[in-house]
Amino acid sequence: MNVLSDIKLNKLSLPGQLVISLTSVAAVSCLCFIISDFIGGYKTVAFILLMVVSILAMVFDILPVLITSFLTALIWNYFFIPPILTFNIRNTEDLLFLFMYLIIASVNAALTYKIRKAEKKASIREEKQHTIKLYNTLLNSLSHELRTPLATIVGGLDTLKEQKNLTEKQKSELFATLDAASMRLNRQVENLLNMNRLESGLLRLKLDWCDMNELVFGMVKKYFSTQGREIVINTSEGLPFFRLDQGLVETALLNIIHNAVQYTPEHSKIIVSLEQSGNRCIIRIEDHGKGFPEHEVNSVFEKFYRLPGAGTGGTGLGLSIAKGCIEAHNGSIVLENKKNGGAVFTLIIPAQTSFINHMKNE
Amino acid sequence: MSKAEILVIDDEAHIRKLLEIALESNGYKVWQAASGRDGVILAANHPPDLVILDLGLPDKSGHEVLKELRTWYAKPVIILSVQNLEEDIINALDHGATDYLTKPFRPGELMARIRSLLRRDSEPSNGAQRKFGNIHIDFIARLVKKNDEQVKLTSTEYQLLILFAKNEGNVLTHHYILKEIWGPSYLEETQYLRVFVGQLRKKIEEDPHNPQHIITESGVGYRFV
Repeated sequence: MNVLSDIKLNKLSLPGQLVISLTSVAAVSCLCFIISDFIGGYKTVAFILLMVVSILAMVFDILPVLITSFLTALIWNYFFIPPILTFNIRNTEDLLFLFMYLIIASVNAALTYKIRKAEKKASIREEKQHTIKLYNTLLNSLSHELRTPLATIVGGLDTLKEQKNLTEKQKSELFATLDAASMRLNRQVENLLNMNRLESGLLRLKLDWCDMNELVFGMVKKYFSTQGREIVINTSEGLPFFRLDQGLVETALLNIIHNAVQYTPEHSKIIVSLEQSGNRCIIRIEDHGKGFPEHEVNSVFEKFYRLPGAGTGGTGLGLSIAKGCIEAHNGSIVLENKKNGGAVFTLIIPAQTSFINHMKNE
Repeated sequence: MSKAEILVIDDEAHIRKLLEIALESNGYKVWQAASGRDGVILAANHPPDLVILDLGLPDKSGHEVLKELRTWYAKPVIILSVQNLEEDIINALDHGATDYLTKPFRPGELMARIRSLLRRDSEPSNGAQRKFGNIHIDFIARLVKKNDEQVKLTSTEYQLLILFAKNEGNVLTHHYILKEIWGPSYLEETQYLRVFVGQLRKKIEEDPHNPQHIITESGVGYRFV
């Protein structure tokens, strides 16, 4: 709806705007001067010039437009109002016309400018409201997502302290629950920090040569070895080193795999495949869950987005963080549903490659 | 054998309490300091067998404390840090820290690290031979055996393995290893390091993708166990 203010021309400097205005006025005037006999005389020319000024008013600031409208009045007077090539005016009617021309052009410029300003204000207000809404969503989601594990921890500890007759089995179950809750709390905090880091605009990539096999095997071992989930890693031995920010790629992978672990059946496989395609590192994460509803595929990377009916345990930040991490490398993430069920995330990361690891040494 | 003494320097009372309980129940004697200043004084008065040092202290940074300690103290210093501050950790390791853990950490993991560091210190590696699980190194004969079978290593691979073996349990940063093996002008050539670590793993690990000896410390360096 902000078509007018969206036009990029008003980003030009004032002299730039003035130059463009004057050039277009000059061009149109020349044209009119040549064809004025065919278009019904100098009065029609006034309307054409007025139209030019109106168009300029739609994209430029008020000052260059006012200058232009004054100038067009002079041009009209000098070149078109008889006697031409003088500033003399023969009759009162023409004088009145010139006077009205000036007023209409100026008022036109001023009004258009005002409308544009109001529109800009409205769009800023709208943006603010959007931010406030996001902020509220965050707070709601946060207070829930942080309090749930906290409640588990407080309650679990209290039970362990107060209940003297717990069986060993009950105790170990409680400990496992406490453990899971604290890990979840830690993950949420880390996600918030990551989001903040990605959005602050201060993120600088720490590029370093990376052995993707080492990264993926290490990450899966560190974060998922205790979860009893089968994660298959398909790698090609000929993979070169890629120069990228290991921390960010690890965070992206962690979030996508975590998402798959959480939302697919307990005994279904997750497959991570590594590939190289030119100067790009391609990582595919395949699950055997239900996949994503086709019309939601584009929304899942949005901040705080959660699939309708998704269970508890997420802030809706994980996938948008993953996307942020990969986009920081100028890469992209594609989500597709497989024909026979399950989803595939494809991470495409442009990066320098080095085959030094496949050269014979010494 | 008398109890090993451990000095904890951390301003968080909760963390100190947690460490006190964990350490004492593992048979260590615990000294505590809530500030960097107190920590340095306490260490000077009662030189401990190992120091656990938090990097985020209120009065002076853990880095300064580490620097002061390292002017005379040679025993292990384990750093505690919050997550996502790799530069901090690398900086501390390059200035003499032995190992690090990020908060939240598991006391069980900490105890395992302490045990292995203290054990290493109590049995000085006098020998010309060392054993690391199924790996056997003969420094004089320059021989390396895995499961009693000789492993053929190139000279760089051997140097790298020796550097790891001499620093068993310590986290070695990428920079440190590059400087020691290739020299100061190779500090940024991490790809060499990755190549040789990869090759060494293929030769001495049972499963190179799931290494038991050369452990990756993501974004920081390697640890040999």
